[in-house]
Amino acid sequence: MRRFLLFLVVLIVIGAAVFWWITKPVTASAEVLEGIEPDLAQGELVFYAGGCASCHAAVDASGEDKLVLSGGQGFASPFGTFYAPNISSDPDAGIGDWSALDLYNAMHNGVSPEGSHYYPAFPYASYIRATPEDIVSLHAFLQTLPASDAANTPHDVGFPFNIRRSLGGWKWLFLNDDWVVNADLDPVQTRGRYLAEALGHCGECHTPRNALGGLETTKWLSGAPNPAGRGSFPNITPGALDWSEADLIEYFTSGFTPDFDSAGGHMALVVQNLAELPEEDRAAIAAYLKMVPVVEPEPADG
Amino acid sequence: MRIASITLLGAAIAVAGSVVLAASHVNVEGAIKARKAHMQLNAYNLGILGNMAKGDVDFDADAAQRAADNLAALAAMDTTAYWPPGSSNADVEDTRALPAMWDNIPDVLEKVAALQAATEAMAGAAGTLEGVQANMGGIGGACGACHQSYRQTD
Repeated sequence: MRRFLLFLVVLIVIGAAVFWWITKPVTASAEVLEGIEPDLAQGELVFYAGGCASCHAAVDASGEDKLVLSGGQGFASPFGTFYAPNISSDPDAGIGDWSALDLYNAMHNGVSPEGSHYYPAFPYASYIRATPEDIVSLHAFLQTLPASDAANTPHDVGFPFNIRRSLGGWKWLFLNDDWVVNADLDPVQTRGRYLAEALGHCGECHTPRNALGGLETTKWLSGAPNPAGRGSFPNITPGALDWSEADLIEYFTSGFTPDFDSAGGHMALVVQNLAELPEEDRAAIAAYLKMVPVVEPEPADG
Repeated sequence: MRIASITLLGAAIAVAGSVVLAASHVNVEGAIKARKAHMQLNAYNLGILGNMAKGDVDFDADAAQRAADNLAALAAMDTTAYWPPGSSNADVEDTRALPAMWDNIPDVLEKVAALQAATEAMAGAAGTLEGVQANMGGIGGACGACHQSYRQTD
């Protein structure tokens, strides 16, 4: 009996140690960004390709106001409602005092400068694939945008998801920087994959998630219910989307579908961003979408 | 004098009565059909321009101009009657119009004005393929602005 108790205690200690080790926020050190010079024009491109303003601009901001990244938009999910924080250049309310390395650790590791985990509502599971060069340039560009002193809205997340430490377990399970689509890609498709899988984070909405909120990469881009409740995001693999590359490019430029309906919902914001990219980048995303693995649409219910 | 005021009163009651009658007979179903038809007309004319812009159809300046003029005329039409209260997707099936539309009418009208400006710009530039291509995004942005705020996603 004593031996068994001892065994149990050892097991608990090991369990706690493993938990501690797995859930510990991991950050990169300064070497990863050594010698990289920011390029503002590139930073602006990364800003639009990454869609920062779509979530971090104020609710219903339009025009120039979209460049004020004051935060405040709410994103409902089965785990609770997350509120986008202020990432404007204000040093106190925003991220004006962040170093490029702070931004790198946020986007690659999902860790704040204070060393706590971010919720993956912030799509670092995609941004982890962004190059250090792009992050350094984005950091420089964000510093040029207006400051806002808007206070952050706390996330509305219930137990157990409000234990941030447990997000280390989520990351251990689901965070990695492998490309989802691994095939022989030509340079255009490779650029498209980078824009779609890293910066554009298409998979965050268009790929279904498991019960723990991890992306089911075997069903990559095959559509998913809207975590906010009503509606769904469509399957955009060639199994369901038969648009030509010209159709896709037109959609990314003007928002018009081949039937000349227009993009709505959050996708209207995505199109606004894509329209700011060079035409060849829109063409690259189109080329990538034409070669992602086919996932046949699920038969309709009933 | 007295006859005149009675007549006037009678007329006033008749007018008020017909207003009440009209209000109680708002044809929501017909209004939804009408606005969808209006959207169809937009889409059809946009298609003529967009398929040229994409390079799927050879550019034809006359056809482009006619489609662009149609779009500008459609955008200029008063469509208030297509959007009676009680015709949002919270009230009836078969529409994706969000109730928020009726709570933000000044914003809706601003977005309509933006569409009018975008279609007029297209009508002024539809003589060349480059002009058509350059103005598709403006119209798309104007359509999308309203759809993003006031149309239920699928």
